[in-house]
Amino acid sequence: MSLAAQVVLQRGSLSLDVEIEVADGEVLAVLGPNGAGKSSLLRVLAGLLPPDGASVVREGATIWDGDGTHVAAHRRALGMVFQDHLLFPHLSVTENVAFGLRTRGVGKAEARSTAQGWLARVGLEGLGGRRPAQLSGGQAQRAALARALVGDPRVLLLDEPLSALDARTRLTVRAELRRHLAEFAGSTVLVTHDPVDAMALADRVVVVEDGRVVQAGTPAEVNRRPRTDYVARLVGLSLLPGTGTAAGRSVRLDSGGEVAVAEEASGPVFAAVRPESVALYLARPEGSPRNVWPATLVGATPHGATVRCELSGEVPLVADVTATAFAELGLVPGSPVWATVKASEVAVYAR
Amino acid sequence: MTRARGGTGIPAPLLVPAAAGIAFLVLPVVGLLVRTPWSDLGPKLTAPGVGDALRLSLLSATLATLLSLLMGVPLAWVLARSRIRGRSILRALVTVPLVLPPVVGGVALFLVLGRQGLIGRWLFEQFDVTIPFTTTAVVIAETFVAMPFLVISVEGALRAADARFEDVAATLGAGRWTTFRRVTLPLVSPGIAAGAVLCWARALGEFGATITFAGNFPGTTQTMPLAVYLALQEDTEAAIVLSMVLLAVSLATLLLLRDRWLGRATVPVA
Amino acid sequence: MNRRMAALGAAALLALAGCTGSSASSRDEATGSSAAGTSGSEQITGTLTVFAAASLTDVFTELGDQFMDDHPGLEVRFNFAGSSALATQITQGAPADVFASADEVQMAKAGDAGLAVDPAVFAENPLMLVVPADNPLGIQLPGGGGVPSLTEILDHDATMAVCAPQVPCGAAAAKVLDAAGLSAYPDTYEEDVRAVLTKVELGEVDAGLVYVSDVHAAGDKVVAFGFSESFQAINRYPISVLTAAPNPAAAQAFVDLVLSDDGQQTLRDAGFLEP
Repeated sequence: MSLAAQVVLQRGSLSLDVEIEVADGEVLAVLGPNGAGKSSLLRVLAGLLPPDGASVVREGATIWDGDGTHVAAHRRALGMVFQDHLLFPHLSVTENVAFGLRTRGVGKAEARSTAQGWLARVGLEGLGGRRPAQLSGGQAQRAALARALVGDPRVLLLDEPLSALDARTRLTVRAELRRHLAEFAGSTVLVTHDPVDAMALADRVVVVEDGRVVQAGTPAEVNRRPRTDYVARLVGLSLLPGTGTAAGRSVRLDSGGEVAVAEEASGPVFAAVRPESVALYLARPEGSPRNVWPATLVGATPHGATVRCELSGEVPLVADVTATAFAELGLVPGSPVWATVKASEVAVYAR
Repeated sequence: MTRARGGTGIPAPLLVPAAAGIAFLVLPVVGLLVRTPWSDLGPKLTAPGVGDALRLSLLSATLATLLSLLMGVPLAWVLARSRIRGRSILRALVTVPLVLPPVVGGVALFLVLGRQGLIGRWLFEQFDVTIPFTTTAVVIAETFVAMPFLVISVEGALRAADARFEDVAATLGAGRWTTFRRVTLPLVSPGIAAGAVLCWARALGEFGATITFAGNFPGTTQTMPLAVYLALQEDTEAAIVLSMVLLAVSLATLLLLRDRWLGRATVPVA
Repeated sequence: MNRRMAALGAAALLALAGCTGSSASSRDEATGSSAAGTSGSEQITGTLTVFAAASLTDVFTELGDQFMDDHPGLEVRFNFAGSSALATQITQGAPADVFASADEVQMAKAGDAGLAVDPAVFAENPLMLVVPADNPLGIQLPGGGGVPSLTEILDHDATMAVCAPQVPCGAAAAKVLDAAGLSAYPDTYEEDVRAVLTKVELGEVDAGLVYVSDVHAAGDKVVAFGFSESFQAINRYPISVLTAAPNPAAAQAFVDLVLSDDGQQTLRDAGFLEP
């Protein structure tokens, strides 16, 4: 493992205790809500925040933090990209990118030409003479990426690199970032609260809530089988914790009620329901579905061609219905509805 | 939205006191202008000692500003960025010269740097060096009184500056000194420039500490404010002329600097 | 005599000597006379504003207290500052009743403006050479008695502070230095006599020229020498009721007090000389 860290940190109300490992060439996404401690973790990895005594951060065979060792940020072979680019306003774009080379003793002319090469790689050819204030948000973030990568760091730290960008720019910059990360030989840690970033860019994801890792796995695993409400909401699933009944093929929910499932389930399990597999009716439907629950519509948000409906009841669910169906049903907040889900559409996995 | 009268966009509750403020600051100068004896301006300006006093004033105020920059900017950094204990006490101490009557400041300088002072006695006995009544003493007195203005401006600028730029520099391999030189200093340069201007202006007008610690000797320690004060003792009109010269020279200098230096130092922030 | 007056060579300065002992008795007599003098004019009430030279601070405060004791219902307020600043204030219309100046030039300014008429000289104040109490240069009187000249006392390379020529004490200093052929001797020209004294007391200069009244006020902190050239420039203190005085009766009574035997004695106690 190229970057390995066990970070213990107590800062105000934040109590962080997280362990991560990132191989060479691997991208690890740290996903979590605001205040979960993601940024503090990244600052410790960067050496900007001294961790508490128990922490160990090692890069390859080099110990950055641990047992009385603390390598200062500027002596760590890393690059970092911040949320709002933080390009030095008093330097030109080229000078910004060349900065890391100059501090490491590279001559002026060589640093300039290397910086210009990197600007070309991130698609900013010819913009090197500008001031950061003259760049668009996407251009500035590309320059910031070039600045972080120019010194051939062993570790790349990305702190919400896309969240300051507007939706359209985010899409293109994300695609480019993906390409650059694929070419990057070192270890990358990406901190984000956007599951799309994590899914698109990361090889592995750790979910941090309240300073603890609550889930780790590949993006697909986390996407399919969320283990906390937070992750479930992020990936758009209704997460129903319960217990597999002795008879099997049924889960008794912790919140009351029961969900029929297609596979054997026993012990504590999660049942996860995708919004598009929930159907709504004004009257109790007759026929095949085994899962039929009365519910009340508490909220509705348009989502493209569909409307995302939040339901409360014995089984709290989120349902996506087409805008047309929503209108035909004449739904308003407070409307009583019936929700159905096919047993085969319910994912069930151990807690 | 209707705009305020005259299209200035200034709300009346602000406009009235602001106008009063301007009048309050400018009218005394107008009073001086009215009383200026324009007809015999020439003889009064070329009176012996005026040129010397003006030259000495500009020289000593500039040296005091340089000295203040040399010590004050690092001091401001310590106040704004370091985590040393007793920082708030340190900050209070820095402002002492602002509160201290300058004449008392001059006496205090005697007690340290005078011939009988804590350090001055040693300098005198070991090296036969005396500071009081020299141009050096003028610079020291002006620095003592003016440096807090610089320190406070620069500290404010440092606090307002985004410290994350310093984090960025660290991740780019810059040590604290390099970061200070290449990032912090340029970022707060408008604040430093503003502080230096304040400092220079205060030093130029310094009277109490200077006349106490440096004395008053034409050519070596008699700065313009001292010359003005003494002229006031016997010839009010001569004093007014000298004041106008000081005023004109300092205004001209500041306007020139604003165009050449302050204007450029203003960093556009995205 | 409890003061350290190293040399009272100048005959005029002998007045300084026996001053302390006799003050109590003379005070009694004078109080009687001033009470008698004011019995005729019964309108001495209200507020009296006196503009007086800074060197008169102590002695006029004392006279003012006495004056208020003599005239219940009268409030005396003083404005002590440099004589030229006072003259400027008066010509600019400051509401003063009495002006007591440390030199006749400044009084003349008020007179030229028609604000002061027939000023009376009420005290004289010659210069003395003062050195720090520990006398670091070992300055002393030459042998042979008599009144030495400044050049005889200052046979050292001493740093010297005097008043700037623009203020009364500096004008006097310039005269005596000129007479002694020492015009270029001073190292600094201070804004007032107090500043000269401060620098001598602090030991930052070796010598200074100040008024004999200041020597009195400084007590043990300095050692003073009289010198013959001081007769070249004895400062004369004029006092006048101002023509625009808001309280002319009180003003005249106060001037009378200053000129009375009692007032003169108080001034002598403070080191001033009788004119």
